[in-house]
Amino acid sequence: MRILFLFMPGTLSTYLSTKTSAAPLAVFRIGFGVMMLLSIIRFWSYGWIEKLYLNPKFHFSYYGLEWIKPVGNFTYLIFFICGLAALFVALGFKYRIAIITFFLSFTYIELLDKTTYLNHYYFISLLSFLMCFLPANAYYSVDNFISKKQYKEIPKWTIDSVKLLLGTVYVYAGLAKINSDWLFRAMPLKIWLPSKYDLPLIGETLMQQHWFHVAMSWSGMFYDLCIPFLLLYRKTRWFAFALVIFFHVFTRVLFPIGMFPYIMIVSALIFFDAHIHERILNVLRRLLKRFNATREKLSAQIYQSRKQNLVVPLLAIFFSVQLLLPFRYLLYPGELFWTEEGYRFSWRVMLIEKTGYTEFKVVNSETKASFLVNNSDFLTPFQEKEMSTQPDFILEYAHFLGRHFESQGHENIEIYVDSYVALNGRRSQRYIDPKVDLLKQNESLKPKDWILPFKDEIKGL
Amino acid sequence: MKKVIAMIKKIISLLCVVSIIVACSSSDDSNGGNTDNFDRTALLSNYADNIIVPALSDFQSKVSDLDVARANFINDINQSNLDLLSGAWLEAYRSWQYVAIYNIGIAETFTGNLNGFRVYFNVYPVSTSLIESAASGTDYDLNADAYFAAQGFPALDFLIHGIADSDTTPLDKFTTNVNFEGYVDYLTNVQSQINNRSTVILNNWQDTFRDEFVANTSSSATGAFSKIVNDYINYYERALRANKIGTPAGNFSAGQTFPDKVEAYYKNDVSKELALLGLDAVQKFFNGQSFDNSSTSVESLASYLDYLDSSQLKNDINAQFQVARQQIQSLNNSFSQQVIDDNTQMTQAYDALQAAVVLLKVDMASIFDVQIDFQDNDGD
Repeated sequence: MRILFLFMPGTLSTYLSTKTSAAPLAVFRIGFGVMMLLSIIRFWSYGWIEKLYLNPKFHFSYYGLEWIKPVGNFTYLIFFICGLAALFVALGFKYRIAIITFFLSFTYIELLDKTTYLNHYYFISLLSFLMCFLPANAYYSVDNFISKKQYKEIPKWTIDSVKLLLGTVYVYAGLAKINSDWLFRAMPLKIWLPSKYDLPLIGETLMQQHWFHVAMSWSGMFYDLCIPFLLLYRKTRWFAFALVIFFHVFTRVLFPIGMFPYIMIVSALIFFDAHIHERILNVLRRLLKRFNATREKLSAQIYQSRKQNLVVPLLAIFFSVQLLLPFRYLLYPGELFWTEEGYRFSWRVMLIEKTGYTEFKVVNSETKASFLVNNSDFLTPFQEKEMSTQPDFILEYAHFLGRHFESQGHENIEIYVDSYVALNGRRSQRYIDPKVDLLKQNESLKPKDWILPFKDEIKGL
Repeated sequence: MKKVIAMIKKIISLLCVVSIIVACSSSDDSNGGNTDNFDRTALLSNYADNIIVPALSDFQSKVSDLDVARANFINDINQSNLDLLSGAWLEAYRSWQYVAIYNIGIAETFTGNLNGFRVYFNVYPVSTSLIESAASGTDYDLNADAYFAAQGFPALDFLIHGIADSDTTPLDKFTTNVNFEGYVDYLTNVQSQINNRSTVILNNWQDTFRDEFVANTSSSATGAFSKIVNDYINYYERALRANKIGTPAGNFSAGQTFPDKVEAYYKNDVSKELALLGLDAVQKFFNGQSFDNSSTSVESLASYLDYLDSSQLKNDINAQFQVARQQIQSLNNSFSQQVIDDNTQMTQAYDALQAAVVLLKVDMASIFDVQIDFQDNDGD
């Protein structure tokens, strides 16, 4: 209801001038910075920088961002800068520069190769963009010591904007689950859960039961749809937080989703009242005392956001885009899960189990002589897997092959693909029109009419 | 607090009710809950005890027969001993077709090559120039990557059936050729490489790996099931489909055919037989049929598909294997000759094999939730 009141001009300006404790945002900043630093260290230590960004001979770019390519060993430097920026964010040291650096370097890394696209990474990019505009260093930060000032209160909307972004992610993820595959066929959980037969206690029992797959699907949907509201409402907050921990730890056990569950658990703390955050900060204060960190007296000031008139409209546009973007799939014909046109950047998480097979045929249009391409000559197994089920990847790779074989002296090249995809436990069917010369097709935002229609129907959002 | 607890209870009971309703109303596409669990230990031990280890033992014994024939030949070099050697070679080559899938255990550690341990047994076409120059005194190392194409059965094939530069008969290599001593040595060294590697593999399975394999029921990509499925599909796609049929038929080379890139090119009249044995090994593995044919089907990929409500897919895969078998059976005993006479039939056999690649690599892998060519990374 409160949201509705915001549309009245008077209440909007009252809302925008409402102040609240700065502690939740300070704790959020520390948590976010620490989690990001750990993520970068983890990514680096697993050798993934080399494996995902340096080893591949070819990278899949985002449409319009083809100029963003890995820069050899300097890629390590970008990761280093990103990790350092995350540390500075956590400390609240040169916060504004640090968070902008983090946002730019992290997003740059994510744009290097869309093979590695994950909704989690997209979420981090959006969140760090949002944080560029928030006074997350107003309180309990190194910047306070430098400026000898701290602000115990900040505009309430700044904290609410983080809640809004988190809520959007959850609710949209929940809406996306309202489809017949997820709810009635329990797909793809019905494929994924039985394969976890080696989990202690539940592996050979619950994980094999159809009713359990269905129950998990439905509760997953309800969880996503309800959790932001349960967190907002004070009386259900602790219960909701317990659910957050249970849900994310459980998914962490089941699926290889890295740091994301922990990031979401830490993020959910922002919904709590300020006194909880003061208690968290007191724990930190006590820890720091042991290291004889000096405590100067800081003058408490009223936070004055000078650019609020600029920032608030900007963020309003940002959120409007966020709310609309997931629905862009309506502009495309065909089944979204099949064509994946409008699938990314929409919080569609864990919805499809897709396996594909692609074999490219290079044809000389004059002599009709042809040969088949061995994908592993050019792509890593991971790239090949992602390429095989996503039309924009298939097209980009076909053009790469065209350029490659042209440079090898082949002439009059046409490229066709023999491709099959199985979606959510259905039998495989041909995916791309085998009679279409992919070199004559160009990437655009228009519907790709060379994707063969899906021979089944998935109802829902 | 009481209110909270009441709300928790409400939510939980709501979820339960919804789940039960859904569970009862949507059992159209399945047989409900599978309460009788699929026994993965039984599946893995069937593969280890009834299929893989017996195949390796058989291979090992054929390899020692081959070694005996080689020793007899070197002891008394004449055409009839060379013929006996050729017979022993073919026996071992036939047996090889039943072990070539299993790039697992110590065999997997031999090389990082995509073709796995097969590079030490069966890379063809063989490089005759490497062999000839080795016989003439150039230093060589059969463990080096460069010598993958100059050892194993294809090298023996050339030594036994091929004619070296300036010779007139295969036997000349070991008699009248100026480098005859070099050829004799090379034959022995190729043989001992085969002896050593096959012994190491069999011993590893018998000593420790059999138990490790059967106990490794982990669902992860390093679990025995995932690994053996990957090995299986890799063998089918590369060794059987591409190497035996696709490459000589010109599927990867702008239609240019290669009669000399068939398996056992110098013997020449057995390429069809070897391909059929490879397909036989593939289909028996799929159905879990024991190596000695005493059982037809126990726990296997096929029965696992049954368990996962995918019997239709199982039937389709078997039917596709059958189509491919018929296509291959219609070919000339010598694929070289087939490629020269009528390559269309060759490419038809390739297409029949190819159709099963999709069923195995897409449909089956998806149902099993097995990652093909796994590369570690986070998911959504």
